[in-house]
Order: sequence, then structure tokens, then C-alpha cells
Amino acid sequence: MIKPSINDFVIKFANTNGTGSASANNMFAKAMMRMGLPVSAKNIFPSNIQGAPTWYEVRVNEHNFLGRRGGKVDIMVAMNAQSFIADLDDIGDGGFLLYDSSKQIPASLIRENINYLGIPISTICLKEYQQPRLRQLFKNIIYVGALAALLKIEFGVLKTLVGDQFKGKQKLITPNIYALELGYQYAMNHFSCPLPIHVERRDLIGNQIMVDGNTACGLGAVFGGATVVGWYPITPSTSVIEKFASYCERLRIDPATGKKNFAVVQAEDELAAIGMAIGASWNGARSFTATSGPGISLMAEFLGLAYFAEIPVVLMNIQRAGPSTGMPTRTQQSDILACAYASHGDTKHILLFPDSPSECFEFSALAFDLSDRLQTPVIIMSDLDLGMNEHLSKPFTWNDKQKYDHGKVLSIRELDTLEDFGRYQDVDGDGICYRTLPGTHPNKGAFFTRGTSRDKNAVYTEKSEHYVENMERLERKFATAAEMMPKAEISSGIQNTIMGLIYFGTSSQAILETRHRLKEQGLPVDLMRIKAFPFGSEVKQFINNHQQIYVIEQNRDGQMRSLIVNELEIDPAKLIPILCFDGLAITAKQIVDDIDRHITKQQDILNPDQLIKPEVG
Amino acid sequence: MSYNKSRFKHKHLPVNDLGLTYRDYEGAISTLCAGCGHDSISSAIIHACAEMSIEPHKIAKMSGIGCSSKAPNYFLNNAHGFNTVHGRMPSVTTGANMANKDLTYLAMSGDGDSASIGLGQFAHVVRRQLNMVYMVANNGVYGLTKGQLAATSDRGVKNKTGDISLFNDIDLCVMALQLGASFVARCFSGDKNQLVPIIKAAIAHQGFAFIDIISPCVTFNNHPGSTRSYDYVQEHVTTGAVTDFVPVKEEINHQVPEGKFEDVCLHDGSVLRIHKLTADYDTSDRFKAIQDIEQHKAKGEILTGLLHIDPTAQDFHELNNTTDTPLNQMKQDILCPGERVLGSINDSFR
Repeated sequence: MIKPSINDFVIKFANTNGTGSASANNMFAKAMMRMGLPVSAKNIFPSNIQGAPTWYEVRVNEHNFLGRRGGKVDIMVAMNAQSFIADLDDIGDGGFLLYDSSKQIPASLIRENINYLGIPISTICLKEYQQPRLRQLFKNIIYVGALAALLKIEFGVLKTLVGDQFKGKQKLITPNIYALELGYQYAMNHFSCPLPIHVERRDLIGNQIMVDGNTACGLGAVFGGATVVGWYPITPSTSVIEKFASYCERLRIDPATGKKNFAVVQAEDELAAIGMAIGASWNGARSFTATSGPGISLMAEFLGLAYFAEIPVVLMNIQRAGPSTGMPTRTQQSDILACAYASHGDTKHILLFPDSPSECFEFSALAFDLSDRLQTPVIIMSDLDLGMNEHLSKPFTWNDKQKYDHGKVLSIRELDTLEDFGRYQDVDGDGICYRTLPGTHPNKGAFFTRGTSRDKNAVYTEKSEHYVENMERLERKFATAAEMMPKAEISSGIQNTIMGLIYFGTSSQAILETRHRLKEQGLPVDLMRIKAFPFGSEVKQFINNHQQIYVIEQNRDGQMRSLIVNELEIDPAKLIPILCFDGLAITAKQIVDDIDRHITKQQDILNPDQLIKPEVG
Repeated sequence: MSYNKSRFKHKHLPVNDLGLTYRDYEGAISTLCAGCGHDSISSAIIHACAEMSIEPHKIAKMSGIGCSSKAPNYFLNNAHGFNTVHGRMPSVTTGANMANKDLTYLAMSGDGDSASIGLGQFAHVVRRQLNMVYMVANNGVYGLTKGQLAATSDRGVKNKTGDISLFNDIDLCVMALQLGASFVARCFSGDKNQLVPIIKAAIAHQGFAFIDIISPCVTFNNHPGSTRSYDYVQEHVTTGAVTDFVPVKEEINHQVPEGKFEDVCLHDGSVLRIHKLTADYDTSDRFKAIQDIEQHKAKGEILTGLLHIDPTAQDFHELNNTTDTPLNQMKQDILCPGERVLGSINDSFR
């Protein structure tokens, strides 16, 4: 029998994609939040539109341990015959299987050590609904209703959610609530409700919101003043642009004329997508594109142009599992080196690593300021997990007093008073030069923007000293950039321990639990979350302050570790890689196991009995 | 490298409506080979812009990579220019145009830049009906890499080193017509009387204007056997009509003999006066234009002149319903929804 527990479980929904399960499953997760419970939900979906297995895994945990728990699940809602055998196997001993019992399951599929909760969902739907589509859709609502009874979810919470979901479509509300009732009543009448695992209302959510990172990135671009978008559809970045466009349709229509204060151009490929963004930025509009995996490779040439010709541009990279087409619907943090050094020649790019929807919003808006101020590409390094799954997050914040910073752009008046304009003159000594926009002044400030070597006045040159001077100035600019970046977040909970953990992006979901587990083992750790590249001085300091550093990341090659070693000249032996690259979000369990394994190995080496000794003869 | 030009101006140079002479529209001294057709194009652009009294700084010069794409350096010094990456000028111009619809976009590309590496971008910018003048300096050869055959080379011709063009050529005018360009012309860089008015008309045209300009490469494709040499083109060029550009301010007072002349009124009120040399010349039918090009080609002739114009076509901004103020001039108070709106957006996620 499973250990009874309140507000601590993992439930997984196994569905077939294209059957409308997503909104029902989402309703379940949202109900947890409305019950005041910390919750996380992960959609594990195929690169397919209809008919393939898809899963939705929800974790509820009062301690805010919201990374993926890993291991087997407590409750499985198995609605997909295709994946049934595997799903059955995925249930932990003493766990529960909720399934459609319209057809009897063969004896071979009976496991002794789990609980079977059969509901004849198909039969109920066949009886209640005439249209095939409704029969399918309401199956999902019925199991949510049943779960309300089994897990003691307040029915009123579900009713409100249905009301919210179908606001303005009153006709749909009653049948949905009826379907919830069908499931609820069936469970009440046939099972002993609630199960030993269930929920109780708490007040642990505060003012948090639940939203996906791509929505946040798109919205951040609206608030950051982006007006031009070039884009090419690619999973998992597509919804960044779709959300940007839909918020613009709501918030950026000129009230007098009904015309658009924005332009979203669907390009022919990723090269054109970033080309458009660069063209618009060159002309002084805030502009961006979003992509993932293969798109990054294709955009490399243009990133080099923007770096060298010094044109601002914002790129949102929603990383997925590579290389090549890789696992296009699975998550990874594997484009770090490809982005940090994108393009041929000596190039370096600014990277921002958001770890939550609120930070996606913040960094997205911030990226436009940084990119304008530094006149160079800024790449937001999100990933599929952050971008496409809904996460509990601090609310988005904006201060009306904060003004867009367009950096060093000369106005017509400034040009008038200027004796001598040279596009690439480092007047202020910070590596950042003054730029002019086309159409500003009748006879001052015009120049030829190019990706070829040029002198300080933007005139083509093949003189080595001019080229070297320019390349060195770009290095100076990058050093200036390091001071403008968001500082790494360093936990000061337990200071001066031997061990430091470095992580970034979505790995932070597993960190709270990781630290808790390590502490229970008597291993206190300090934490540092990197938020940006180039690294601020605090990064090196943190590394120097600890004897042993574990770098946690979601790729095979330890790319962040390489970047740290390369850029900060750290002894590689000091940085131990903790790597997860199976395409699923990293778990605290894996991090702790890897650290334990490393420590054991180290102790073995230090144990003199086990050292191989020379033979004495 | 670019040289400084003498700033000397003749006292009696004619001035345009802005009080500027053609010298105010010049660029740096060309570093292209002496006799390069592209220099004639630069000169035609300078004269077209000066005579139309366009403020030079309200023009953006766009280009890709190659000899053709260096050319914008050699005209309009007071205009910003953007020498982008190979074959990608159309996307950069699209973005630039989205950001500021008020500038005139003069783009220079070449046959390698548009018919090979950038064929996809070329096709899609035509489809998008971007308001720009897209000029291809077409010499049938890769100049900057020293004489390789281009995709616009006629099948069967030999380059200077003797390589034979084995495949069918790509005719960018035919492609532009097929994809719905609202202004398509073909010119010969050596015929200034034809080129200048057509460039003017292309600038005045609201929408996508494409001009394929046969522009011989004196160094790598001017040999006997080439179909893009000065001699060959001069001998084989033909045209259906002489096009004249009449700006808005000039009154049209002489009689138009019926049948031989056609006036096309452009978006800005200027007029294209077409003097038909062949009776069946018709600029309104793009399918006929495709046929005409192919028929002349079959005869070994290069059909030049204005091939098609649709003065009523909508450009990208009209199709997109973009606001009238250029997007790059929008201020934060218009663009940023602000704290209060964000509060209600937050609520929608609870």
C-alpha cells in the first residue's frame, strides 16, 4: 500500500495527441494552483499532430520542489491504448491506475501491486453524447471530474475554471460542468473517496501566476517596444511570435485608424527571419526573431554581420535537443557554445539565461535596451521546458518610470553641432561608438554599413592596423557589456562551504530540492545561478571562494563549463560537470546521485588502501 | 578602397528643385574595372535621383555581395547604405522597409547574388510586394571571384576559361512576372536614354519594382562567344517601346497620337509616357510579357524596356495595414502598454 500523503504526489496523464486532452489536463494543473498548492506541469509531446502518444506530468509539492521528481508516478490516468503497457509499468508500487474500463483489460495486464480505478468512460460518453467529436472531448473532462472526487479537489474550483475558460461562450459552460459531474459522481459511487493520496487547500501561491515562458517572452517584447518581427515557424519557438502577434493585435492597434503599430513578417527561412530583424534594427526600430536548434545554425552568418557591423538585434533561442533535427519536442540547454561564439571569425555574443516566466518577460524587455546600448546581438537562451510548459512564477513586473534606452544614436541636432562624425570612433573609450540612422540628416552622418573591414569612418580598408584596432575595440565593448549584464544570483544561505553549485535556466527548478537533499546528507552547498554571458566578476569570485564546483547543465558536453573555463581561465579540474541530456527536464534526484557518485569516487581515490602501490622487491 | 573625390563644382551646373546639382548625388570614386557596366548604372541612378529632386538622405541603398553590391558606394554619398551578406539583401531590405516606410529603397544586386545564392530571398521579396526598386546588374558571370559562369548565363555559352554553361538560364524578369511583381523592366546599362526614365518610373512606382540591367563585365565576360558582351548585346537588343518619365509638376500639353502612345499614371501623380514601337506592345498583361520575353529569346534577341506595370497594385504595408507613422519613430507611450495593463494580464494567468 502506498504511503498516505497530503499535497505531495506525481500524476501523469497518458493521452493521444489531437484528442483535446491538453485543455482538460491544464484545467487539472490550474485547479491545484487555485487550491493554493505549488504545482508544476510538463507536457511530453511528440513531433506529430494527431494520433501519437503524449503525456502530461503534474507534480504537487508543498515545499515548492517543482522540478521533475523522476522515477515512477503515483497516479496514472491511462487514456491511450497504444502506450498502455508502458504506462502501467510507469506506476510506482501501491500507486493508482485510472483507466477506461469500457473494455475489460486482459489478465496479462493486471499488476498485483497497484490499484485499478476503472471508469467506463467511453460507455458513458456513448450514452450521453451524439456527436463523435463531443464523445471524444468530454472523455477528458470526465476523468478530471473523477479526479476531483478521488483527490478531494474542491468542485467549485473546477466550475470556476470552466467558467474562465469559456468566458463569452456561455453555451459551452453547462455541458462541461455536466461532464465533470458525470466523472465525479461515478467515482463517488464506485470508489472509496478520497484516496490516501489527496489534496488539501493551502495558501502557498501568494500572487504568483502560472504561464509559459514563450508567452512571457512575446509579452516582454511588446513591453520592450519591439515593432518589427521576422520569423520562421519552428518548434518550440513558434509560440513566442504567435503570442507577440496576438498581444499586438490587442494592444498595438492605432485607435484612430485601426492600423497596426507593428509588423510581423513570416519569412521564407531563418536566414531571412534574422535578416529582417537586422534590417529593421539598422533602421532604428526595435526588432527581433525567435528560433531554435537548426535556426541558430542558419542564422550564424547574419549574427556575425550584426556583431561586426554593430547592429542591435534580439534573438530568442528556445533550445531543444540537438544536434541536427535531434529531438525537436524535447528540452535541452545545448546551444550555449553555438550561440556564445556564433559565426565564423572571432565573434562573441551576449547571452541571457532566464529561469522562469517572470524572468523571460524581464529579460525579453531588457534585451532591447542592452542590444541598443551595445549595438550588438543579444540572445535570450530559453528552452523547450521553460518556453512551452506552464510554470508557477512571480508576476510580470513593469515600472512606468523606466524609459527605453536607445543608446548612442545621434539626432539631427547633435549631428549639426558635431565637427567630425565617424561611425566607428570610440569617443567615450568604452568601445561603444555613436551611430546614425538613415534619413536623419541631409548631409551629415551617412555611411556605408558593411561586414567588411573598415576604418573609424566606415570606409573600406584592408590595412592590418585598422582591422586590428577595430577588433580590439570590439573586445573592449564586450568588457563594457560584462558590467551591464544582470549579475549572477548567489545564495548566501550557507556561506564558506567547500562546495559550490553553478546552474542556470530551467535547472533552477530542481535546485531547491537538490539543496534540501544534500543538506539532509550533511553536505551544505552554496549556489550560484548564472544569468548572463559575458560573466560578471562575481562568477570568478564565487568559483575562487569554493574548493569544489559542480556545474549543472542540460547537455552532453558541459558547454557552460567550457565557456567558464575558456573565458575565465579556470582550471578545468575544479569544475565537475553534472549533466542531463535525455531531453527531459533535469531532476534533483539525478543531480544528487551524480554528486554522491563523484564524492564516493573521490574518497576511493583518497583512501590509501585502494591505491595501487608499486611492487617492492 | 575609396578615394576622396574633388569637391570642385562648376558654377553653372544646373540645380534641381532642392537647389542641388547632380554632384550632390555622387558617391566615392568607383574601384570597379574601367568600362564596367555597373558604373553606367550608378551614373543613371545619380541622374534619376537628381532630376527627380529626391533628398539624398531619404534614400537607403541596399546591396548583397559581389561587384554589383559594391556599386552603392559609388552613388549617393549622403544616403545611408547597407552592404549586407551574400544573397540576403531582400530580407534586410524587408526589415528596413518595415521599420521606415518613408525612405526610398534602392537595391543593387547581381546575378550570383539574386539568381543563385539569393534566389529564394529574391522570389519571396517579389511575393511580398515590398515597396522598393530592385536592380540586378546582370553580366552572366561571377566578377569578384574571376569569371565563373552565373545562373543567368545562356545555355551553351563559354566563359573566358572555356567552361560551357550546361544548364538552362534563369530569367529573373520571367520569375518576377510569374510571382506577381507590379513593375518589371529589362534594360541595357549602355543605353542611358532608356535606363534613366525607367529607374525614375521604378522609384515613383508604389510597390515592388524590378529592373534587370544587362551590364557587361569588361574583364571576364566581354569575349567573342559571350552573350553578355557589349558587342553582342548591342547587336541583339530590341525593345517594344520607348518609355519617358514625366514628373508630376510638368504639364502634359502635346497631343497623344492614338494607338502609338500610352500614358500610365503612377501613384504619386507622375506619368509614364510609353511610345510604342511595336503594335502589340502591352504593359498591362504580365502573361503576355512572359511570352514576349521567351519569343524574343528564341529568336536570339534580348527584349528590353518596360515589360509590365500595374500602377494599382497594393504594396506590403497596405496589405499589412501598417500605421502611417514609420514604426521606427513610434515613442514608448504608444508602444508600451504600461503597468496597469500588465496588472490585468497577470490576473489572466491566475
